[in-house]
Amino acid sequence: MEKLKQFFEPFKFAIKDGDSKTKLSLVVMGAGSFLRKQYVRGFTYLLIQIGFIAYMITSGLSQIAGLRTLGTVEQGQVFDEARGIYVYTQGDNSMLFLLFGVMAVLLFIAFVGVYRLSVKNAVENQQLCESKQPLISFKQDCHDLMDGKFHITVLSLPTVLVTIFTILPLIFMIFIAFTNYDINHQPPGNLFTWVGLNNFRDLVASNGIISGTFYSLLLWTLIWAFFATFLNYVLGMLVAMLINHKQIKLKKLWRTLLVVTIAVPQFVSLMLMSQLLSDNGALNGLLASWGWISEFQPIKFLTDPNIARITVIVVNVWVGIPYTMLITSGILMNVPQDMYESARIDGASAWVQFRKITLPYMLNVTTPYLITQFVGNINNFNVIFLLTGGGPLTLSYYKAGRTDLLVTWLYKLALTEKNYALASAIGIIIFMIMATLSLVVFRRTLEDGRESTFQ
Amino acid sequence: MKSIKFKQRLTSITGHSFLTVLCTVWLLPIVWLVLQSFRGESTGPTNNIIPRQFTFDNYINLFTDTRLFNFPRWFGNTLFVAVISCVISTMLVLMTSYAFSRLRFSMREKYMKIILVIGMFPGFMSMIAIYHILKMFGLTQTLWALILVYSGGAAMGYYISKGFFDTIPKAIDESAMIDGATKSQIFWKITLPMSKPIVIYTILTSFMAPWVDFVFASIIMRDSYNNFTMAIGLYEMLKRENIGTYFTQFCAGAVVVAIPITILFIFMQKYYVSGVTGGSVKG
Repeated sequence: MEKLKQFFEPFKFAIKDGDSKTKLSLVVMGAGSFLRKQYVRGFTYLLIQIGFIAYMITSGLSQIAGLRTLGTVEQGQVFDEARGIYVYTQGDNSMLFLLFGVMAVLLFIAFVGVYRLSVKNAVENQQLCESKQPLISFKQDCHDLMDGKFHITVLSLPTVLVTIFTILPLIFMIFIAFTNYDINHQPPGNLFTWVGLNNFRDLVASNGIISGTFYSLLLWTLIWAFFATFLNYVLGMLVAMLINHKQIKLKKLWRTLLVVTIAVPQFVSLMLMSQLLSDNGALNGLLASWGWISEFQPIKFLTDPNIARITVIVVNVWVGIPYTMLITSGILMNVPQDMYESARIDGASAWVQFRKITLPYMLNVTTPYLITQFVGNINNFNVIFLLTGGGPLTLSYYKAGRTDLLVTWLYKLALTEKNYALASAIGIIIFMIMATLSLVVFRRTLEDGRESTFQ
Repeated sequence: MKSIKFKQRLTSITGHSFLTVLCTVWLLPIVWLVLQSFRGESTGPTNNIIPRQFTFDNYINLFTDTRLFNFPRWFGNTLFVAVISCVISTMLVLMTSYAFSRLRFSMREKYMKIILVIGMFPGFMSMIAIYHILKMFGLTQTLWALILVYSGGAAMGYYISKGFFDTIPKAIDESAMIDGATKSQIFWKITLPMSKPIVIYTILTSFMAPWVDFVFASIIMRDSYNNFTMAIGLYEMLKRENIGTYFTQFCAGAVVVAIPITILFIFMQKYYVSGVTGGSVKG
């Protein structure tokens, strides 16, 4: 409420106490600037206004209106009486309607911001004039952009890029979740339209095959994220402790050997693993040649549902341990050594020392890292997609396999099934899960003032 | 005394032998990959770990035989995309994190929260929309499209370098300001030179990300064969219809992809660790 009041403050002032120049700037943007000889600033505002009005009249308004229906004209044949033949007509393209509509709304919001800024400038100028102070010159403006307002200079390009390549597409996809954009409603041939919460109902509450798949995959995703995170964390830490141990020589060599495995790109090492572990792959071949298994009954590392689930977790340990080792070994050296000293004097065993000193210390320092890892593992696309491809497939799931995570299911639904609506709905649900979890990190790192402890 | 020494001896031996086993298990797949890349006999994946004949043919064919897989071209594409997006992303990330760490402006905290929240959506959820935006710019299936996708959202990964900038004492900025330096001069002449580890970390990660990315590249390029990156190309080689003939070439290609990154990584390890621990994990 307070913020809303603040937003309208310049307008209130301009209407109530503004002089003619300020009042004019309510209608003609920048008037309060160029009438007071701030030419560059004033005419920039004016140009923006002219451009915006031209855009709204030619396309913007109809684009915003198009959001309501997402197109009405189907592509089809129309009888052309003049020529006496059937002609194909270009129908409406629902997707472009949605995309341009969202863009027009974003532009409109941006314009309102600029409009407010121009009025605010005019008000400031009037106040400066009344108190007989000099106005800000163009040169001063430029200097400000390098100094007092340096954040504008530095952040404008990132903001524009993030808006175009992240925010706009995201808003678009959030809207898609409320439409029926699937294989049967593909523009430009067919239209799609708003269906409200239908996709979410299918996923969460319908008790059909889709929601059955959703709940199974959700459960598996959480199990996977739990093991992938904590197994890597604890094992990686143990390895780091071993390498840090006084008795171990050649510390650097051991670290480097392990680090080599993370340096190899994941898509290479994972595709390689999928070859090694396949039914007629090298590992089964090796085991058979040693006579440990029969050649005709290979271990189904990637094709038996339960073994495959264990395999992906184990392979993820292989991928992840060097990384955790690298991160934790630095922190381990910071554990106050005198605590171990006194623990030893009291006769505590190595295990007790680990449980009572090392683990609590590490957990305290690395909780944010752990939660980020957990959240990251929920979205860990690579390991699953490149290793098993989500397989083994099953008929009891809707277009998914036994090792599919929600995020790889999303990928399959969007890219191979073209069921964008359902995929977007899943994306939103993943987001809600992650946002809830991240709130915990967020509280810890941003909101308790920890940020400024170093300054 | 003797028993303590014996106990230490025992720890040392078990420790070293455990590490040896561990490193063997960890390196075995990689060694296998390298060995296969030199394998002379050219049938699909076989059981013998050590090849019967050694040859350089796989590497030579990879770069000369472009009938089915134009690897040299994909190599060039990947290098081009990685270098350009590395330059752009590094600039964007450092600028953004500097602003959030050092400058105080009204929308700062809200802005940081918005970015944090947006970052939680699965990245490729919005790929269909991005595809059509690129189409609007007339860039679909080009290398520039890839560059824009990689560096467009780069600023969102500001956390780690912001954490680093936070640790540089503010007093330094303040004394520079008393001497009449502008914020821009402070950024270029003081903060950046003092932040070597994080600058190197940022360059390293923003080069590695496009170099090894598979998902975005495959979605954007689809079937635009000449604009493939190495990752998609290698994935093609492992498809069921190609794997029999091209498995050893795939291994050679994988080694080619991995070597630069491995070398960079081993040398930059120090900066990598100080980047991650200095930036994200705070006690």
